[in-house]
Amino acid sequence: MSSTPLLLEIKDLHVHFAVYGGRLKVLDGVNFVMQSGERVGLVGEAGCGKTTTMKAILQVLPTPPAVIPCGEIYFKGRDLLKMNPNQLQQIRGRGISMIFQDPTAALNPVFTVGQQLKAVIKHSAVRGRPLSADEVHQRAIQSLQEVALADPERLLKSYPIQLSGGMRQRVCIGMALATNPELLIADEPGTSLDVTIQDQVLRLLHRLVKEKNTSVILITHTLGIVREMTDRVYVMYAGNIVEVAPTAGLFSRPMHPYTIGLMQAVPRLTGGGVSDGIPGRIPNYLQPPTGCRFHPRCPHVMDICRQEKPASYQVDDDHYVACFLYRGEEGKGS
Amino acid sequence: MSLGRFLVRRIVHSIFVLLGLSIVIFVIARVMPGDPARMALGARAPQWVVDRVREQMHLNEPLTVQYVYWLRGALRADFGLSLVTQRPVTADIQEFFPASLELVLLAGLFSAVGGIGLGVLSARYKDTWIDNVVRVISYAGIVTPSFIFAILFVLLFGFVLKWFPVIGRLSEHTVAPPTVTGMVTVDALLAGRLDAFADALRHMVLPALALAMGSIAQEARITRSSMADNLGKDYIAAARALGISERVVMGRFLLKPSLIPTVSILGLDIAATLGVAFLVELIFNWPGLARYGMTSMLHKDLNAISAVILVLGVAFVTVNILVDIIVAYLDPRIRLRAARSE
Ligand SMILES: Nc1ncnc2c1ncn2[C@@H]1O[C@H](COP(=O)(O)OP(=O)(O)OP(=O)(O)O)[C@@H](O)[C@H]1O
Ligand code: SF4
Ligand SMILES: [Mg+2]
Repeated sequence: MSSTPLLLEIKDLHVHFAVYGGRLKVLDGVNFVMQSGERVGLVGEAGCGKTTTMKAILQVLPTPPAVIPCGEIYFKGRDLLKMNPNQLQQIRGRGISMIFQDPTAALNPVFTVGQQLKAVIKHSAVRGRPLSADEVHQRAIQSLQEVALADPERLLKSYPIQLSGGMRQRVCIGMALATNPELLIADEPGTSLDVTIQDQVLRLLHRLVKEKNTSVILITHTLGIVREMTDRVYVMYAGNIVEVAPTAGLFSRPMHPYTIGLMQAVPRLTGGGVSDGIPGRIPNYLQPPTGCRFHPRCPHVMDICRQEKPASYQVDDDHYVACFLYRGEEGKGS
Repeated sequence: MSLGRFLVRRIVHSIFVLLGLSIVIFVIARVMPGDPARMALGARAPQWVVDRVREQMHLNEPLTVQYVYWLRGALRADFGLSLVTQRPVTADIQEFFPASLELVLLAGLFSAVGGIGLGVLSARYKDTWIDNVVRVISYAGIVTPSFIFAILFVLLFGFVLKWFPVIGRLSEHTVAPPTVTGMVTVDALLAGRLDAFADALRHMVLPALALAMGSIAQEARITRSSMADNLGKDYIAAARALGISERVVMGRFLLKPSLIPTVSILGLDIAATLGVAFLVELIFNWPGLARYGMTSMLHKDLNAISAVILVLGVAFVTVNILVDIIVAYLDPRIRLRAARSE
């Protein structure tokens, strides 16, 4: 990769959940890098650990049950996992901000939209002089207008329960962008909405991040969206990154057996837990499969797959695959 | 969003509850063995006097008619004479109820502040020694009856440390303020008598604390667990993720939704305290309603019993309405649902 400093770098991140009956070993050494200005997609079927990875970055996983036994997460060169709460708060919002997967759950039911949005705006302005109440109000209105919400004055006084799903989603986007983040994490925006509204919301998001030149991690189940909105894609399976490639390259030449399965499942891939293209389901994280976690479902499984975990092999410029099938192709390029 | 209509509906509902309660009280009073007229007059009264009083008390009419007479009396706050005190029951209630009420209100304040405070502390320092201490106190508070606390407090703070008086509502040297509400603290304030106010308050601390202990423990436990539950919610993760400070996240965005269950239980606890304060009132020689109610039961003083139960019923219903208002204030979902279902 080039010498410009990385915006985000995750190294060997493990996340476990201590639950009744044992430890769910969900993230199993996630590696992830992105440059400033990049728009990166993260795909994988339900339960593979996408949200967990993103919450780990911002350190908002519920603890307990979440534990991070090892890993490093660098944002512009500084390890977030080693920061004190104060330093972390400087990064959250202004540095990295997040649109949560379920807008209904992400909005506090007993506070108005205005109370929540204004709290965000106030805290993201700590850098300089504090904003006056009037300025906060103006910026709140502006944030809602940005996400194309009509009648923002009234909206500020509304409670989340009074809004439609689409409006809640827009409010969440407006809130995440109100801090003017350098990096925006968008966790399946619009998934809970019907297709037309989802489409509108995504187009809006796409336009906003382009305008502001925000770096983005976009999580989605819909590969069409990935194709349209991202430069590079990470494919995740059961807590591992199994393939990463420039978007065009991934679609023209998917390599990991899991990715190939995913592509075949398009467009009927849903959040139902079982994807149509690949028989079987995500493993039990209490006792995940040894070696390659995909081996119980893999059509090309070999002996070594059951014993060893595949490293990430480079198969092309910027194209890496964690699968023994590509062990010999290292450095071949094309 | 009509909080007003929500309230009107709750009040109408409560009136039906109280009517139901009045029927129950009336029936119990009438099916108790013994002739109410005879009991009112005593064993040595001649039969013709008893007969005349039966006539006056409408005891020869059908039960439904009797109920209407009884209800009419109750609505006019006329419950007849008390067998024990030989005064109108209403006069007794007027004397004893305010004494209990101020005690219970202070106990409620202790429960709210102490319970929520301890609960927040416990949740904030979850799984540290602070949390463990609070949890042990909670369990002790829940399983220990209030009169045990009353005795302990009398011994420790009254006799050993001598911090607080343990008997009655005012010290001997304090001149009582003129009676307006019957609550000494309020009357003292109305009369501008800060000395009497302070003295009355000092007398209330130990009994109120004894009454509040169970509820403090209960509230602390509920607050802790609802805060712990909500801590895992996405809206808390989202508030943190967007850079809101830990202090604001905990003190505002976590606290408010977490207080909803606490407030509901707190209301019930306070109302219940009013009725079960008997032993505590006895220990502190407090002229309160619970003690009066217990005495009337021991003497089968039906007029007094009916009145006490009805007063407790009204108090219960009132507290419930207050709780509903506070919960509706805390939780817009309830408010909005109520408004929408109109
Ligand atoms: N708080 C938690 N307690 C216990 N297990 C959890 C918790 N959060 C996540 N997990 C587990 O971690 C795994 C990964 O969950 P995660 O939400 O990261 O998946 P995801 O890829 O975002 O899926 P989806 O597409 O459904 O959002 C799941 O199997 C889930 O059971
Ligand atoms: S490593 Fe083996 S089991 Fe895993 S995807 Fe490759 S071939 Fe399949
Ligand atoms: Mg998710």
